[in-house]
Amino acid sequence: MLEKFRETQFYKSIFRGGGVPKSRRQRMMVVLNSVFLHLHPVRLPKHAVKLKFTWCMGGLSFFIFLILTISGILLMFYYRPTIEYAYTDIIDLAEQVPFGIMREIHRWGAHAMVITVWLHMFRVFMTGSYKPPREFNWAVGVILLLLTLLLSFTGYLLPWDQLAIWAITVGSNMARAAPFVGHEGPGAALLAIGDINFVTMGSDMRFALIGGRFMGEGALLRFYVLHCIGLPFIIMIFMAVHFWRIRKDGGISTPV
Amino acid sequence: MESFKHFIDTISNPTILFTSTLIIFFFIFPINDWFDKWNRRLKLYVLWSSKSMVIASILMAAFFVIGISDPDFRSIVLKPDNVPISGLIFLVYFFTWLSMHQAYENDAKLERGEPIDEQYDAPNDKVLVWPDLVYVEFIALILCSAFLMIWSIGLPAPIEEPANPAESPNPAKAPWYFLGLQEMLVYFDPWMAGVVLPTLIIVGLIAIPYMDNEPAGSGYYSFKNRKMSIALFMFGWLVLWDMLIIVGTFLRGPNWNFFGPFEYWDIHKLEALTNINFSEYIYIKWMNTGLPKSIIFREIWGIIVVLGYFLILPPLLAKTMCKKLFARLGSFKYSFFIMLILIAITLPIKMYLRWMFNLKYIIAIPEYFFNF
Repeated sequence: MLEKFRETQFYKSIFRGGGVPKSRRQRMMVVLNSVFLHLHPVRLPKHAVKLKFTWCMGGLSFFIFLILTISGILLMFYYRPTIEYAYTDIIDLAEQVPFGIMREIHRWGAHAMVITVWLHMFRVFMTGSYKPPREFNWAVGVILLLLTLLLSFTGYLLPWDQLAIWAITVGSNMARAAPFVGHEGPGAALLAIGDINFVTMGSDMRFALIGGRFMGEGALLRFYVLHCIGLPFIIMIFMAVHFWRIRKDGGISTPV
Repeated sequence: MESFKHFIDTISNPTILFTSTLIIFFFIFPINDWFDKWNRRLKLYVLWSSKSMVIASILMAAFFVIGISDPDFRSIVLKPDNVPISGLIFLVYFFTWLSMHQAYENDAKLERGEPIDEQYDAPNDKVLVWPDLVYVEFIALILCSAFLMIWSIGLPAPIEEPANPAESPNPAKAPWYFLGLQEMLVYFDPWMAGVVLPTLIIVGLIAIPYMDNEPAGSGYYSFKNRKMSIALFMFGWLVLWDMLIIVGTFLRGPNWNFFGPFEYWDIHKLEALTNINFSEYIYIKWMNTGLPKSIIFREIWGIIVVLGYFLILPPLLAKTMCKKLFARLGSFKYSFFIMLILIAITLPIKMYLRWMFNLKYIIAIPEYFFNF
């Protein structure tokens, strides 16, 4: 039955080779003909498929990113980023949805992604895979690590509970002390004409970050937009470069 | 049992924990030949044998299982957002072991002249992505999804009281992956701990391949020829990052006071805060005069110390300990590298100055929010 289906015009129009890929040539064509599998080369050194070597952490980071995107989109249907509704929407989600685990998937997935990204970086370091010619891709990876942390950080505020606002308060208070651009940072007092300070509580880095003098509506909206649109957009560009460069720099690293 | 708990509480005090780690660390991850000699003499490399891994994992698991029976330990370890960190402890240990295990294995093979697993005879030794890789990936994805689902069903995501800007919890903690930075706030002002140091971590990470740029030693686990880079990275990653996260998560309670893992988080725990600045040491304690009015005069000694540290040490090291490094990197890369290292070392230095002399700031100019 399935074999017959594979011979139909319909199936063949989707999967070009048709049939079960059995010969070496057919198996190569599977990868070459697929836009998704095309991330990979057709053939790899044998250690590239060994878990002992790769730990699979890079692949899992990407996979968890996809899970987070999907569960995040679902959560966006039920969540309104305003002080009035944010908290109650989360409570609704927990209490009104039978067997609902989307928020759990999203939160634990986020924690898991931070860990897998760290471990991926650790593996790349331990195998010396950052060395030339892969030094630029390592730099892109560092940016991806930073973006992962920022994504997680911006998402932390959204439930708008005590845990959220105080964790973000601790984090964003640092911005107040940034040199020159924070109003309590070294050098900020130098940016003044006479008595008029340019960097004040209402114009410094922290104000830009949380959209106000205090943690409130502005912060929630800013973090929401960054979390759902801004940072994912940027991280996807860097991810594309990262994957592209793996191939262009010679695929998985091998001994010289 | 109680005495065991008391013992653990005592040794997890940052002073003891950090000092013992600092002493042992470079023997376990030898940074140069001298440490390597001792590593071999003390047979510390047995840590990377399979047997050690099994024993250590059992001990760690046993510690958690026994610990759970203690209400104070339970309340902190089973806090939903802390669960990933307990997982992180096991994962970081396991993968450190896995990489070092393979590194020593490969080093030994190369020494005997045998080929290592990662060596291959291109293009004959290649495997096809379909099915060899796709199949591994597919299983990994399924296991990962199953794991996430079980975790999500078993442990509800935390939701606390509605946000209330007027009532701050004690302690107020950042998300766990930033707790290393929050822990640094004890020793540095926010502009250092929250802005400058994180920026330098990012810059330093990006700089790694430009400092350690010899293509040899890439593509397989190895240790022998990469001692310095691995030992330094491990120190940053395991001690300055992971350990500070664990301290910040499990061992810091109300008022950011230190609490052992089995200790009750007492809000009223008193800790003497008698930290004083370097200028106060000089003018008040040693010279017995008051602090001078002029900021420059007051802070000149601290500025001299800091400038001396950053300007005199690099050329001095280039002439002595780091001669080879200087020759290999050239003056620009060397200065950059040594500056990053010196800045990283200020963290342990400031920790010890705080613990031993209650020293708060070496340079303290609160008038301009410049404290170091």
